[in-house]
Amino acid sequence: MRGDAGVVCFPLTTEEVQHCVRIAGRHGRAVVPRGAGTGLAGGAVPKDAPVVVVTTKMQQVEVDRDRRLVWVQPGVINLDLTKQLRPDGFHFAPDPSSQQSCSLGGNVANNSGGPHCLAYGVTSAHVVAIEVVLGDGELTMLGGLDPEPAGYDLRGVFVGSEGCVGIATRIAVRLTPNPPAVATLLADFVEPADAAAAVSAIIAAGVVPAAIEMMDQRITQVVEAFVGAGYPTDAGAILLVEVDGLPGGVAAETALVDEVCRAHRARSVRVAADDEERMLLWKGRKTAFGAVARVKPNYYLHDTVVPRTKLLDVLRQVYEIADRHGIIVMNVFHAGDGNLHPLLVFDAREPGVLDRVHDAGEEIVRASLDAGGVLSGEHGIGLEKQPFMGWQFTTVDLDAQARLRDAFDPDGRCNPAKVLPAGSRCGDLQHLDDSRRRQLLDDGAWV
Amino acid sequence: MTATDQSRAGAAQLGRVVRDPILLAFADEVGAAEAGPVAVEGGRTQWEVGAPDVPTAGPGDVRLVRAPSGVVAFEPAEMTVLVRVGTTVAELDAELRPSGQQVALEGFEPGATVGGVLSVGRSGITRLGHGPVRDTLLQARYVSAEGLLVTAGGPTVKNVTGFDLCRLLVGSLGTIGLLGDVLLRTRPRPQHSGWWCGEADPFALQDQLYRPTSLLWDGTRVWLRLDGYHADVADQAAVAERHGLAACEGPPVLPAGRCSVDPGALRRLDAARREAGGFVAEIGVGIVHGRWDGPRPTPPDHQVRALHRRIRRAFDPTGRLNPGRDPLAASQPITAGQEASR
Ligand SMILES: Cc1cc2nc3c(=O)[nH]c(=O)nc-3n(C[C@H](O)[C@H](O)[C@H](O)COP(=O)(O)OP(=O)(O)OC[C@H]3O[C@@H](n4cnc5c(N)ncnc54)[C@H](O)[C@@H]3O)c2cc1C
Repeated sequence: MRGDAGVVCFPLTTEEVQHCVRIAGRHGRAVVPRGAGTGLAGGAVPKDAPVVVVTTKMQQVEVDRDRRLVWVQPGVINLDLTKQLRPDGFHFAPDPSSQQSCSLGGNVANNSGGPHCLAYGVTSAHVVAIEVVLGDGELTMLGGLDPEPAGYDLRGVFVGSEGCVGIATRIAVRLTPNPPAVATLLADFVEPADAAAAVSAIIAAGVVPAAIEMMDQRITQVVEAFVGAGYPTDAGAILLVEVDGLPGGVAAETALVDEVCRAHRARSVRVAADDEERMLLWKGRKTAFGAVARVKPNYYLHDTVVPRTKLLDVLRQVYEIADRHGIIVMNVFHAGDGNLHPLLVFDAREPGVLDRVHDAGEEIVRASLDAGGVLSGEHGIGLEKQPFMGWQFTTVDLDAQARLRDAFDPDGRCNPAKVLPAGSRCGDLQHLDDSRRRQLLDDGAWV
Repeated sequence: MTATDQSRAGAAQLGRVVRDPILLAFADEVGAAEAGPVAVEGGRTQWEVGAPDVPTAGPGDVRLVRAPSGVVAFEPAEMTVLVRVGTTVAELDAELRPSGQQVALEGFEPGATVGGVLSVGRSGITRLGHGPVRDTLLQARYVSAEGLLVTAGGPTVKNVTGFDLCRLLVGSLGTIGLLGDVLLRTRPRPQHSGWWCGEADPFALQDQLYRPTSLLWDGTRVWLRLDGYHADVADQAAVAERHGLAACEGPPVLPAGRCSVDPGALRRLDAARREAGGFVAEIGVGIVHGRWDGPRPTPPDHQVRALHRRIRRAFDPTGRLNPGRDPLAASQPITAGQEASR
């Protein structure tokens, strides 16, 4: 995605962010917050020469061990934070695959997830309070250190708002204690169908592992050649399952996951013998996107969620769609919560390939929605999925979201080009008589 | 959006229109703005929250409605349940129990409805281990001030599509919209669960336990709830016993009054206040039941107040939804003086 920045600022403090926003306002420019720029939906891509406020230099960290939380400035890198907390026995739970480079501000703005969010919850569950510079440059605090701050959960509204309601300048996130015991299992299946069925069966058996990741044969082979993680390259699909907590539960759940996988025709189930093997198994998963460069120079990573019981069904369609468009697809994804990440691999120098990639992607999104899924599980809407918002939401739903956004940012100063498609606002709704209301209920759209 | 984007996506520009006749009937009952003020009645177990002036019999010219009830679909392999919000929390729990699952809505009075609990947004005493009420909500279909059905959130366990109206609804006291049905996340029931109590330092204890479910303190005594596999509960109980706790029946009766405080303030509570008691505090969370004279959180700043006014006006321009209720007034502690006058 190509951007068009007006001015790019690198503030160090909250006051400097306020100045940037105020000056932008005086010149009639929008502001686009930007963290590390790893976002995949184009949320931080500037349109129409706005002032881009880049937070990468805002790096302060204050650990408050008594309250089991940490205040960070938004530019702090996700993995750096966890590394800093580790000696004290804590970590920051959301662990996006991009955690070596993405910022906490970006995590909050996108409500980011990661493999371990299956059991621990996505970013929203870990954010306590956010200091925010609003679109007019005013400063406020959303949420608070007490558990039930008075009023609406504006903290919750901010998380996942993709930079469209203000700029986070300080964030209080919860510390998660490191689990006393961990077991990582690698299960190897001939049939991807069996692997997918095992995922549902594990959940149905009443176990919520810390993570359940699935990788198909193509990606497994590529990754294995790249890092030598010890993955079986003749498997149709592998599952990487992690259980953690107290030792008794870890032992019981390890046995149960093993049993369920074998009952679903896993050829083998291997439990990592030590930390070194465990780290290697994870290294394979976390470097998967980098590894595909060995196949083709470019990739387009999709992100949809489907009900867990529909995984297999949608996965089949993903292969069929990619084949039909002559595109290589690889799948490595958060199977435990139904979060698909089809990776379309291509060489942009091939004439016409981009159109085929986009068409295939659009069909994949459509197939996910038809299976009862949603547009995005963690990457957000940004510019990328704006055109599809009307597939998931009615005019009335979108209008409600627009009201919320506009209440925060009445002058449309914050990242105005993102998330909601043009035409999401219908002022007429406010003056409905009963017959018009009935008609709208029946049609679902403003006619 | 470019013209090509428009035409691409235009083919199915309808979203997910709600066809459920029960929700449609609820929307009709609420009606368009011209139908005037409406308030929703659940189990009346938290009726006074945020509404000091709403008479208990139902406000004068305000029409009282009830949300539809019933469990619509429980999917154990998805760990989700679709429930109409007039259903009581107890009924929902009974429905889920045979499958070994539950929703993290625990410790509410009998009669409390799912809709009431979500609209008030207060969590039970297991928040430390199970997380807040708000994190259970995945999707809500509600009736707007215009009498239309709106879908917030989505039908999957993970979702970041669009602005998060679900977060806005929880704790909004029905001032954003009237909940019709909700999709909630379920969790496995623990294999074993028990309470331990005794005189102990709750903070020293907390530091030695791994993710306890509940830790309560009245200034002298501690009540601890442990959930999990037998062996783990036994190990953690051994830690608690070293701190002087012994197995007990359950939590104490919670005194009337409830406020939300910085959990750090509990740790720094002075000896006089500790000994005076009159409260039961949730350690690691910061909810105090009963009397609280300690430091209170700073009130919301004027920006937050302005945001509240704008949001409420945006969603309910005529102020017809649950008039008289103010989410900003919901957290009011009982102080020593008030307690004496009760
Ligand atoms: C290889 C790869 C793997 C990935 N894996 C995952 C994954 O597993 N899970 C996942 O969830 N995501 C993943 N992502 C996506 C991305 O890394 C996350 O969305 C991340 O949180 C973005 O952080 P960032 O600092 O790069 O933000 P940016 O890309 O700079 O910005 C993202 C959005 O946040 C807004 N924003 C940034 N900072 C602020 C702020 N301070 N205040 C307000 N708004 C702000 C921007 O306007 C933009 O809308 C992956 C990306 C890549 C490239």
